Amino acid sequence: MILLLLVLVPLAGAVLAWLAERLGAAWPRIVSLAALAAGLGLTAAVWIDQASRTSLPGVAAPGPWLVEYDAAWLPSIGARFHLAMDGLSLPLVGLTFFLGLAGVIASWTEIRERVGFFHFNLLAVLAGVTVVFLAADLFLFYFGWELMLVPMYFLIAIWGHERRIHAAVKFFLFTQISGLLMLVALLALYLAHGAQTGLYTFAYEDLLRTVLTPGTERWLMLGFFIAFAVKLPVFPFHTWLPDAHTQAPTAGSVILAGLLLKTGGYGLIRFVVPLFPGAAASFAPVAMTLAVVGILYGALLALGQTDLKRLVAYTSVSHLGFVLLGVFAWNTLALQGAVLQMLAHGLSTGALFIVAGLLQERMHTRDIERMGGLWSVAPRLGGVGLFFALASLGLPGLGDFAAEFLVLVGSFQASAVAASIAAIGMVASALYSLRLVQRTFQGTNANGWRIPDLVPREALLFAPMLALLVWLGLYPQPVLDTFRPVAERLQQVTTLPANAEKHPGAAPGRQGDR
Amino acid sequence: MYDLLWLVPALPALGFVLLALAGPRLPRAAAAVVGVGSVGASAAVTLGLAAIFLASPPPDHAFTQRLWTWMAAGNFQADFALRLDPLSLLMLVVITFVGFLIHLYSVEFMRDDDGFARFFAYMNLFVASMATLVLGANLLLLYLGWEGVGLCSYLLIGFWYKDPANGRAGRKAFVVTRVGDTAMAIGLLLLVRELGTLDIAELLRRAAATWEPGSTMAVAAAALLLGGALGKSAQLPLQVWLPDAMAGPTPTSALIHAATMVTAGVYLIARTHVLFELAPAVQLSVAFIGVATLLLAGCSALVQRDIKRVLAYSTISQIGYMFLALGVGAWTAAMFHFMTHAFFKALLFLAAGIVIEALHHEHDIFRMGGLRQRLPIAFWAFAAGGAALAGLPLVTSGFYSKDAIVWAAYAGPLGNGAFWALAALGVLVTSLYTFRLIFLVFFGEPRGEIGHRPGWAMSVPVIILAVLSVVAGFVSVPQTLGGFHPLDDFLAPVLPATGHHERGGFTEAASQVLTALAFGTGLVAAWMLFLRRRDVAARIAASPLGQAVGRLWREGWGFDWLYERVLVRPIVALASAGRGDLVDLPFEAAGRAAFALHVAASATQTGRLRWYAAGLAGGSLAAVAIALFL
Repeated sequence: MILLLLVLVPLAGAVLAWLAERLGAAWPRIVSLAALAAGLGLTAAVWIDQASRTSLPGVAAPGPWLVEYDAAWLPSIGARFHLAMDGLSLPLVGLTFFLGLAGVIASWTEIRERVGFFHFNLLAVLAGVTVVFLAADLFLFYFGWELMLVPMYFLIAIWGHERRIHAAVKFFLFTQISGLLMLVALLALYLAHGAQTGLYTFAYEDLLRTVLTPGTERWLMLGFFIAFAVKLPVFPFHTWLPDAHTQAPTAGSVILAGLLLKTGGYGLIRFVVPLFPGAAASFAPVAMTLAVVGILYGALLALGQTDLKRLVAYTSVSHLGFVLLGVFAWNTLALQGAVLQMLAHGLSTGALFIVAGLLQERMHTRDIERMGGLWSVAPRLGGVGLFFALASLGLPGLGDFAAEFLVLVGSFQASAVAASIAAIGMVASALYSLRLVQRTFQGTNANGWRIPDLVPREALLFAPMLALLVWLGLYPQPVLDTFRPVAERLQQVTTLPANAEKHPGAAPGRQGDR
Repeated sequence: MYDLLWLVPALPALGFVLLALAGPRLPRAAAAVVGVGSVGASAAVTLGLAAIFLASPPPDHAFTQRLWTWMAAGNFQADFALRLDPLSLLMLVVITFVGFLIHLYSVEFMRDDDGFARFFAYMNLFVASMATLVLGANLLLLYLGWEGVGLCSYLLIGFWYKDPANGRAGRKAFVVTRVGDTAMAIGLLLLVRELGTLDIAELLRRAAATWEPGSTMAVAAAALLLGGALGKSAQLPLQVWLPDAMAGPTPTSALIHAATMVTAGVYLIARTHVLFELAPAVQLSVAFIGVATLLLAGCSALVQRDIKRVLAYSTISQIGYMFLALGVGAWTAAMFHFMTHAFFKALLFLAAGIVIEALHHEHDIFRMGGLRQRLPIAFWAFAAGGAALAGLPLVTSGFYSKDAIVWAAYAGPLGNGAFWALAALGVLVTSLYTFRLIFLVFFGEPRGEIGHRPGWAMSVPVIILAVLSVVAGFVSVPQTLGGFHPLDDFLAPVLPATGHHERGGFTEAASQVLTALAFGTGLVAAWMLFLRRRDVAARIAASPLGQAVGRLWREGWGFDWLYERVLVRPIVALASAGRGDLVDLPFEAAGRAAFALHVAASATQTGRLRWYAAGLAGGSLAAVAIALFL
């Protein structure tokens, strides 16, 4: 029941926010805040509840899921409204509501037109993301996948910047075309499973046991992989992202970077490898190569950008390469790192987009060549910008480092070469992060900018993001503990006897785990 | 009492948090109290711990305090755990005590700076990070401190951020050291895979049990860690950042870029010396790098005009001595020289700060002179520090520590005659550049007005460090001069004693006499060239060869020139050439093609019946043709 609420609360909030516009421009914001705070509260309640239960000795969670909600939906095709939460979806759903709140607060003064419809779209995207993270039925998952897309398109196309239509269409086409590939693969899997067992179902747990010929498995895996690779994004499918990020309003960039990209990483962990372990294992060298190329390519491109939001967008390409690397190393360490990276990146990059948004709101430019010396006029904004740039360059003690280190340790056991080259990304991240700080906040204020420093609302917005990054950096263990049973279970799934017989030695990185 | 260990890094960290959050709103006095007080309290705790440690050492001479689990996943675990043993205690005493003195000095030195609270925030964060670095019981926590001190170094080099040159120097320092750090990080990955732990004590045990001396994995692990040490300690070929780092405020140069952070590489190698002993090839390369660095940097120090750059190159050179000591297996001698160097080099920087302030921010030693009577405290500080640096025999700390290294370069486990000769030549060079500096700055014609004269906050630390620069050497007196070595005994549980072996007729006493002669030669030469007959020095410098060599040395042997062309420019060019993202071209082209198709297709929508009829007829014809012929 609580899971149904997690989906319904943002949906209801979306409708209410739209309606509330008639009461005044502040009301959609307040309604959205209330809905998202309620969602965050519910998620926190689940987490505290499960933590207190599993910490009792001898009491393990009975099934794979912590919480479930299962209702009939479309019995004729075997699709159920089945929501389920485990240690993978729990932190990501928490991140969804948290970044949603951040997005609403960041848009407080930026969005002045069609405020109600803006918040409707914002909350609708979040509802779609929540469905994606919670769906235990692949039809429902696809439904959520599409549900995220249209309101995001509107967010970019209506409230975006100068080239918003181009960016929105590009975003839509990339996602839609790759989504269609996934739909085809999904239907093929559904039919194959039905033909095999006589049970036509979209249930995740059942489809996991589908036995496929290696050829079929490879094609279906690729169908899913490309959809998630576009979202993550994986080099060379990343090119929609800089445009979309740059043109989106601040909240749009935060949601894109913080959440929509994470649905790609989530999909890889939840579906690609468990559903197609053999194909994923033989595809791992390719995927890890793409990951390493993405890490370095994204960093190099970030180094060359002069548009602040574009720069941050390319850093995302680089950072999320670590997620891909971790997923295809497929051992506990690397998976733990990949999940932690999704959380840490959501916070640090989300915050950097907010910093960029605040600067654009104040200066009406995103061109770092025209900035400089802002520390002297807005020291607190400078301090915040410096902090998140340091998180982004992987400073130990902050979340991104813990995540990237775990990914590297794990993937080093699968491929020492890939991990070592990926580690060079540490030098590259220092180059672009420090360049960002230098060009915006340091140097001389040659253009004589006079911008206001952080107002209390903005300081309040950054404070929890900062605190969470420190927490993830110094004590990520609660998150790791939450996800660990899932990581172990997923690895069991990929080594089921059926799979192991077909593909001896499936999942490349396994030797690292004992 | 040992349970208070966590306070040593925590107190300055707390100071940082307070200053970072409330700094700009705090009055200067309050910021100074927080900034100096936190480090002072940390130093007090450290000295208390040291007293107890000396009186009744914990079992096995090590105390480990496990605070919390940092990350545990799969088969890997790293804790926030601190380990106090003789090696970390020695480092900690120097860090917090010298750190406290420099913080005190800074209250006066930075008194008029707008960023007063920000300065102390960064300095406190540095002390906290450095303490974490030396106390970290596992390599990951050490790495956290390692990156933390690098961050503070970057922030403090670029402290006066309005000048882009300072920011550039800061970024250079961070990026160059990060190149080394990345090698070190890969080393950690390797160690986790091969040995399954990063806990230093356990790791060294397992390494000794698993790896044969000279085995590939041991060599790879030691070489990768060495990469990190080279970057942080500014050794060849990653030494280029340190001279530019002098852009930071002088107390920063004293604390971070002379006394403590730059010796982190020495600490790392000493801490993991077991790995290096398992990789003799790597250990020997440490000695080669050390001896090359000490000579190259010494030559560069000889021709600098900026007082701080002389000291910077001198620091690189002296750390070269420490690396030489590590490389030949004289672990204790390296740590001894670290300690004495921390005292006399911090002293020299602080005294240089007094000179620079008094001369209205003049850095050029050729525009100084005759300060002996006018700034006596700076002169006496330079006399004590310079004598220690150059190694004035018998009475200075630098003599004892450097002499131990020079002798070990010959008689240490991996020592040989060539190392000895080059190390002794280094003594001559050191003596020459040190007294060149002193004669140019403090003797000769007085020039310029004296501005600020140091008050008590700047004077007291200088006096204390001057005393230490002289007397700190008596904790390890060689056998030939009486044989008194409490420092070696203290470190013995962690660092094995150096097994000296006598070869041929060359004895320690002979080495000492020759080293003292090298010192004297340098002194006399400096006196001739830079005091009595400056015209000779000027003539040498003006000769074609002198000009060429002088330029090469002044510019640090052309490393910057090379890196600029081989690394910096290609990367910048690549980044700006690739700015538009070539990968996007096919996608955008597909988009444009689709749009062009749309334009072409919509052009057929003319609304003229004749066009449509013609199209219909043509289409039917084509269909019939296809049906017929295919």
